[in-house]
Amino acid sequence: MRPFTYQRVADVRAATAAGAAHGVRFIAGGTNLLDLMKLEIESPSRLVDISRLPLNEIEVTPDGGLRVGALVTNSDLAVDPIVRRRYPVLSQAILAGASGQLRNRASVGGNLLQRTRCFYFYDRTTPCNKRSPGSGCAAIDGFNRIHSVLGASDDCIAAHPSDMAVAMAALGARVETRTADGLEHSFSLDELYRSPAHTPHLDTNLAQGELIVAVVLPPPPPGVQLYRKVRDRASYAFALVSVAAVLDADASTIRHARVAFGSLAPKPWRSPEAERTLIGQAPHRETFETAADAALNGARGYGHNDFKIALARRTLVAVLEQLAGGR
Amino acid sequence: MHYLRTSRRSLLQSAALAGCALGMESSLMAPVAAVREDSAQNNVREDAPSGGERMEVTLTVNKLRHMLDIDARTTLLDALREHIGLTGTKKGCDHGQCGACTVLLNGRRINACLTLAVMLEGDDITTIEGLGMEGALHPLQAAFIAHDGFQCGYCTSGQICSAVGMLAEAQAGWPSHVTADVAASPLLTHAEIAERMSGNLCRCAAYPNIVAAIHSVAGGRAG
Repeated sequence: MRPFTYQRVADVRAATAAGAAHGVRFIAGGTNLLDLMKLEIESPSRLVDISRLPLNEIEVTPDGGLRVGALVTNSDLAVDPIVRRRYPVLSQAILAGASGQLRNRASVGGNLLQRTRCFYFYDRTTPCNKRSPGSGCAAIDGFNRIHSVLGASDDCIAAHPSDMAVAMAALGARVETRTADGLEHSFSLDELYRSPAHTPHLDTNLAQGELIVAVVLPPPPPGVQLYRKVRDRASYAFALVSVAAVLDADASTIRHARVAFGSLAPKPWRSPEAERTLIGQAPHRETFETAADAALNGARGYGHNDFKIALARRTLVAVLEQLAGGR
Repeated sequence: MHYLRTSRRSLLQSAALAGCALGMESSLMAPVAAVREDSAQNNVREDAPSGGERMEVTLTVNKLRHMLDIDARTTLLDALREHIGLTGTKKGCDHGQCGACTVLLNGRRINACLTLAVMLEGDDITTIEGLGMEGALHPLQAAFIAHDGFQCGYCTSGQICSAVGMLAEAQAGWPSHVTADVAASPLLTHAEIAERMSGNLCRCAAYPNIVAAIHSVAGGRAG
């Protein structure tokens, strides 16, 4: 690990001011950042410790939504009684990720900002445009079993690994930030994450020093919710494919639907195409298959990950069938 | 007397660091003590980049306060093992993947390898050494012996610290990935225990006995 200077801050204003300088990183739980620093994939010159900032409340908003402080741990969010009752897809997604120890330490803001687990991003002996801009992408012609089939570019096919963010995307969450200039910004998850294009080293649209302070969930959408994760082990593994879905239907008609995929793209991948295809149709398997085709239209495999397209299709159909059966 | 209770670790340290002194029985004891003193001061690997910022931090471990002057890069795991001398907490992967370094931070289980010591001023840290002692084992320690919950033993302190934290989580009604209804508080079945303990790997694959040991303490109680 490269040397760094360490600084504690007392409030958000001090944090964003300290974070504005080049090379500074915020540290909260540290479960991803310290891993990357040990491997010298991340080498910040200064760490600004935000772990004691008062950003650890979960509050009901006036409109019946939920405001989750950025420093709420993954565990505390997953087991919150309101989340378990009203946003079960979010509890399920968080509990499907990492281990008990990691969830106890990892923050909500840090989970959103975790970096890809692309093998080549982690391997400093190989080219990687995300780690070392301009060096090339070893994954496109390499062992790309875990990589993106949607939203990738010729410069980077890394996938975003979060489970939590997939449920948040389906729930229409917004991410609140403070900039070094004291401005307040709000992003949808689709706006927070950048498409890799020719600058895959930039994961998000956050400016240097911009701090996530909260995630705001609107009131839960109508219907039943489910997160399903498909992976190589029964537990403690990143997803190959995951689906977060919400379905509101009676016996004849789907009134409302939300669909988001995980581990298929450089960002949690909400599918308005699938949602549009579902609404107004009968909640039957043929409808779900049509929706899955719409969601995956344009998906492209890179060899080892070709299976993900069929797996995503089947997983979405299975999730929607389960939701329709349990409505 | 302290020097007559030289541990396997001290001997290994003296073998590695004091070298030929081991060859002369009469001079064994003094070097061992000296090595122990020295190891408490020196945690920087020879090949590590030099020049890390040094910081003072007070860690409260097993109810005792330790004032340390450490490189800011020092993880809680290295602070415990190399600076405080509590070697019960093990270093496995050092990347949060194996769980051997699990300790309790303010009562919650975490990976000590992915936590900077300087961030923990004022926090309450409990290691395997703080759970029980010879003649007064923690119930989970006794259960691991009764159920033969290990082979080589390297993962065991992490398994036990993790199980202590896990049982507290279940007691608080936390659901898990295998809980059918996350709004409910599940019974601690074998499947629930296995899922909740998945952050602790065992290369010897003593998993059936580890789950049985934990189950015997949990008593199948409702979370």
